[in-house]
Amino acid sequence: MDLSYTEEERAFRADVRMFLQDKLPNDLSDKVRNGQELGKEGHDRWHAILNAQGWLATNWPAEFGGAAWNAVQRHIFEEEAAAAYAPRIVPFGLSMLAPVLQKFGSKEQNDYWLPRILSGEDWWCQGYSEPGAGSDLASLKTAAVRDGDHYIVNGQKTWTTLGQHANMIFCLVRTDKSVKQQEGISFLLIDMDTPGIEVRPIVLLDGGAEVNEVWFTDVKVPAENLVGEENKGWTYAKYLLTHERTNIAGVGFSQAGLTAVKRIAKAEMAGGRPLIENPHFAARVAQVEIDLMAMSTTNLRIVSKAAAGQAPGVESSMLKVKGTIIRQEINDLARRAAGIYAMPFASEAVEGSNMALPNPHAAGPVAAQYFNNRKLSIFGGSNEIQRQIIAKTTLGGAA
Amino acid sequence: MNFDLTEERQMLQDTLRRFLRDRYDTETRNAILESEGGMSAEIWAELAELGIIGALFTEEQGGFGGKGFDLAVVFEELGRAGVVEPFLDTAVLAGGLIADLGNAAQQAHVEEIISGTLQLAFAHGEPNSRYDLNRVTTTAKVQDGGIILRGRKAVVVNAEAADMLVVSARESGDVADEAGISLFLVPATSGGLTVQGYALLAGGRAAEVTLDNVRLPEEARLGTAGEAFASIEARIAAANTALCAETLGAMETATRLTQEYLGTRKQFGRPIGSFQALAHRMADLLIELEQARSAVILAAGHLEDDTLACERHISAAKNLIGRVGRLVAEESIQMHGGIAMTQEYELAHIAKRIVMADHRFGDTDHHLERFIALAAA
Repeated sequence: MDLSYTEEERAFRADVRMFLQDKLPNDLSDKVRNGQELGKEGHDRWHAILNAQGWLATNWPAEFGGAAWNAVQRHIFEEEAAAAYAPRIVPFGLSMLAPVLQKFGSKEQNDYWLPRILSGEDWWCQGYSEPGAGSDLASLKTAAVRDGDHYIVNGQKTWTTLGQHANMIFCLVRTDKSVKQQEGISFLLIDMDTPGIEVRPIVLLDGGAEVNEVWFTDVKVPAENLVGEENKGWTYAKYLLTHERTNIAGVGFSQAGLTAVKRIAKAEMAGGRPLIENPHFAARVAQVEIDLMAMSTTNLRIVSKAAAGQAPGVESSMLKVKGTIIRQEINDLARRAAGIYAMPFASEAVEGSNMALPNPHAAGPVAAQYFNNRKLSIFGGSNEIQRQIIAKTTLGGAA
Repeated sequence: MNFDLTEERQMLQDTLRRFLRDRYDTETRNAILESEGGMSAEIWAELAELGIIGALFTEEQGGFGGKGFDLAVVFEELGRAGVVEPFLDTAVLAGGLIADLGNAAQQAHVEEIISGTLQLAFAHGEPNSRYDLNRVTTTAKVQDGGIILRGRKAVVVNAEAADMLVVSARESGDVADEAGISLFLVPATSGGLTVQGYALLAGGRAAEVTLDNVRLPEEARLGTAGEAFASIEARIAAANTALCAETLGAMETATRLTQEYLGTRKQFGRPIGSFQALAHRMADLLIELEQARSAVILAAGHLEDDTLACERHISAAKNLIGRVGRLVAEESIQMHGGIAMTQEYELAHIAKRIVMADHRFGDTDHHLERFIALAAA
């Protein structure tokens, strides 16, 4: 055991910090800091900057043009990026679809789709959940029927994050109704411009419209857009979900969030003193900080083990549960810290309306973020599902 | 002991519950939330006609209620239906202060309040006062037979709609002294008064209010110069009773929706409420809901006690409601799953109301510390 960073790792951190100082546009970091939406243009711009640096596909193997960073490098980047208020990297193409294509796709599919993910030409979204298939994802009903060289797709997907910006969607579709649910699902790539697709925004409780319903009516999809084998889609979906969870602990987000809590609590006055000096509030902050220190190390331990060739199994479920609890606790603290100024609200749906918020202590829309991040313990497999996976794995038939 | 409502209060509860069930569904509320003013003049007038505002004032003040249990009955129903109209601000806070402190001319406004023709706001909190009631830096200076107000008031709920504002200002003493604070009745049309409005996350609107040499006649003062603090504290106690009851009502709706959803939403071929992991958590919410109900009863029942006894129960209730509220809101959303994240679904607004109630008149932590301090007093 050695908890210190090597010289190379320290040099890497310095490089990352320098890069962020030089290349992260101020208007983007300001928006992240203030909890504002970036819009497609903002995301695309950051995507292109990272791609130019060769730091976009950090989790891809070198043979596919990835940076092939190890767990410690990814951890360092995540910490530095969050501290600099860098935008999150939109994960759908890079971290969700790409690993599936690399593992199960054909050479032609990889040659065609991967460069388009890197260049930003394609913006992918995810077609997994349906109104009737949430935690019980395998019960999905959106059907794809083979018709010559095409599939005809009918059905509805929901909670499609940033689907309004996407030109492509990867979908789980039912191709066989006669077998066990999990054995009749296929993984299909669909062009969002195909006739018969309709995207409807869902307004969330924080006023934002980041998720959508996607409706499919007799949508014609070329058969070559099937990934892997027909009816093997569930295997690929599960593979994708473990990848989705590699960054699920959200250590960087939590660290940045905790820094923000302290900043707000220094500016906010309670009883004539900065709130941060209030023993009760300070204890709340300390409690989360202690949890985050340990979780950050748990995350590194688990991710390093996976990098050395061992797949993170039940541990990724553990990271998701603990990581989201901590992030949500930090959101709660930010809301508390802001006091009466947590009450004002400007809908994200109204462009630029954040500027109208009274914000003497630069807290930002902390209450809206608190509500928005209730999603963390619901999406990507709810925390109840994660606990069930942990229990099943460790208790076997008794769970 | 008797935990039943009086016949009059039972009737009040029934009438209000029936009216809101018929007239204030989620669609109606969402339309009101999206409207420019964030409130419905029609609903306001109809509820005034039903006597809902009159129930918030005592008989001596021209109403027919005004006690802790009257506030609790009315606001529990308003919370249950997620009503966003500013009854708390116009009637309980600003209206209550006018009724408590006003001279005969000022008290004449109470009739207009009860009939639903007057909107008010209480401008007390400031950017650096957080939840401290004694911290007032806005100043009032007597000059040339009039009064000049200077300062800034923060997150003044209902300020834009208000015909008049009840504004606190310091006439003497240090920034945190209880003595020296006065209240003034300020017409919304006063020169030097700037109101910058915005929507609130949990519905309704508020504003930053700037007082830049607002000139008032001496008759604008409510009560005795420099002696308003006790009345402010008493009115905030009443407002906290109302807010706790409102949050209780909202929690009843949240738990009802969650129970219904657990019974009807099917995953893995069975209602999700049949999974013990959710069923036990639902049970916990129902246990905590009964705790919340008792806390509201204690606050309402002790509102007319001497200050110390009253304030201890207020702080106890606000602390408990704050804790239980967070649990109920978060767990209701979590057990629903994605559907509860949508604006359209009833729970979205209700959950926001429950959580954001912790940001008015002192949060969970503030009232825990206050409870400790009052016990030592």
